[in-house]
Amino acid sequence: MTDPTIDTPLVEAEITRPPRSQWWDVWDQFKHHRGALLGGGVFLFIVAAVFLGPYLWTIDPQYIDIRSRNQGPSWAHPFGTDQLGRDTLARMMAGGQVSISVGITAMLLALVLGTLIGVLAGFFRRLDGPLMRFTDLFLSLPLLPLLLVIIMLFRDTLRAAFGPETGIFILIVFVIGITSWMQTARIVRGEVLALKEREFVLAARSIGTSNNKLILRHILPNVLSPIMVSATLGIATAIITESALSFLGLGFPSDFPTWGRLLFDAVDYLQQYPERVLWPGVAISLTVLSVNYFGDGLRDALDPRIRGR
Amino acid sequence: MLTYTTRRLILAVPTLLFISLVIFLLLELAPGDPMAQVPLTVPDEVKEQMRQALGLGDPVHIRFLKWLQQFFIVEPMHLIDQLFGTSLAAEQQRVISWQTRSPVMDIVAQRLPQTLWVVGMSYVLGVLIALPIGIYSAYRQYSWFDQIGTFVSMVGFSVPTFFTGVLLIVIFSVNLGWFPSIYDTTHVVNDWDSFVVQVKQMIMPVMVLALYNAAQISRFMRASMLDNLNQDYVRTARAKGLSERVVVMVHVLRNSMIPVVTVIALGVPTVFGGAIITEQVFKVNGLGQLLITAIHANDLPMVQTLTFVFAILVVLFNLIADVLYGLLDPRIRYD
Repeated sequence: MTDPTIDTPLVEAEITRPPRSQWWDVWDQFKHHRGALLGGGVFLFIVAAVFLGPYLWTIDPQYIDIRSRNQGPSWAHPFGTDQLGRDTLARMMAGGQVSISVGITAMLLALVLGTLIGVLAGFFRRLDGPLMRFTDLFLSLPLLPLLLVIIMLFRDTLRAAFGPETGIFILIVFVIGITSWMQTARIVRGEVLALKEREFVLAARSIGTSNNKLILRHILPNVLSPIMVSATLGIATAIITESALSFLGLGFPSDFPTWGRLLFDAVDYLQQYPERVLWPGVAISLTVLSVNYFGDGLRDALDPRIRGR
Repeated sequence: MLTYTTRRLILAVPTLLFISLVIFLLLELAPGDPMAQVPLTVPDEVKEQMRQALGLGDPVHIRFLKWLQQFFIVEPMHLIDQLFGTSLAAEQQRVISWQTRSPVMDIVAQRLPQTLWVVGMSYVLGVLIALPIGIYSAYRQYSWFDQIGTFVSMVGFSVPTFFTGVLLIVIFSVNLGWFPSIYDTTHVVNDWDSFVVQVKQMIMPVMVLALYNAAQISRFMRASMLDNLNQDYVRTARAKGLSERVVVMVHVLRNSMIPVVTVIALGVPTVFGGAIITEQVFKVNGLGQLLITAIHANDLPMVQTLTFVFAILVVLFNLIADVLYGLLDPRIRYD
């Protein structure tokens, strides 16, 4: 026999507490993944250092001080200086801004393309065949050779049209974007195909929801989690691809530093100043590693089968 | 299965034709001029004649068909000629490189052994490292071995090969002086000492690529083993008293290898692509390096042919992966 007066406050507390949303569950699962937390933290730190750092460390990355060239680490130049006496720390920050912006913009482009094609292919039966054949075709293109060829061919045209820096930025973001949307498209299509048969979609359709609304209100929010996971992994691959292109000498010009370009320039001085390759290399690796760990944790947290285990 | 394979083979033909058309049109849009390197003192009409001699005078579709004919008919015939001493392709025009004015396929044949040795070796080594690591870390899930394996493969996956390569050069060539930083292709192996030199110069590029490949494959192996370890048939096998070794190495491993084998097959062409960077770092003059120099020199026939060879590899190994999947897994039959 329980006394009802004792129970009531508990029940009331239960009722007045705001309903837990799905995102709280995701967060609960996510914070158990130590690697992912650390990865997220490191990535935020790198982004902050790269974008806010120049306000604290005010040396111009382009400033040439030929007298203090080829210096090792010191208080005046914590990362040393390069062969023209430019401050490596400032150049690392400037390079990081470019590398991370390229990574994020290219990822967004790939994501939009991939989601668009995936949703269209999954939702409209008539488009499924052609769009998926198109995706397969892209998957069977040799990507790195093609990237190199495209950049080689269109570099000068775009430079002339938009100026040396914006032109090459547009080109690199564009080529990385249009060559990395295929995985997202396939995953999204699979999810949409499964969702389309669910009752809530049928219910929405039965009250006369138009296709546009159905996709935007009912389908897209439900495919958000695979999209988010491929977004994080997309940043990592985009950063690596951009650095690889710069490393092969086909990316940004050398007075416009990116991490890949800094590494490429440092390789020439490998014998004399081996530490110079370390900074950009470690920065690329650390960023990609932290993003990959973050994505790994996010995938676990967003997977309802694993969540709560 | 046979009908499926034939259908896929037939489907591969239009795919490859389309890819070759895309590459051709892309190069066609190129603003570069093969005569850009010719001195300005050469009069314009002579330059025009040189362009005609390179076959640039014809309209686009004629040149595309000519290239197709050269690549698919003349080059195979030439190969047969060389193998059997016949003279099928005696007077026919082959695909000629603008850089060296020699047949593209001859240069590819010269460069192929280096790429196959370094890249092929690293892939085999990567697979050999990855499989035991994947198996053991799945068998002891969340043990310290698994944690370290996860971390190492995450690092191997995240650190780009151009950085690991440079890092290895800094450590082992610059500081320790153990290995040469440049791959010497002219080196001939004829006795034990020269063999040691060959091994020394191969260690670093092979290790860089092997680490990268092993990182990916071991993750797949681990995931696939984990999927199978909790299946009912494993419990049955244990229940009837099979030894743990037989259960894991025979029952579970054979079933987990199905997806892994296809992943390994799918990875082969990407290795050729990814090797471009490693070849550049260690100055291995293989196919990747050939492509880079051809791109820099505006050598369109070479770029076209090489990119297409890469495309053939991708399509071929996609096909092999799909067929293997059907062969290995009786539940998947495409007919």
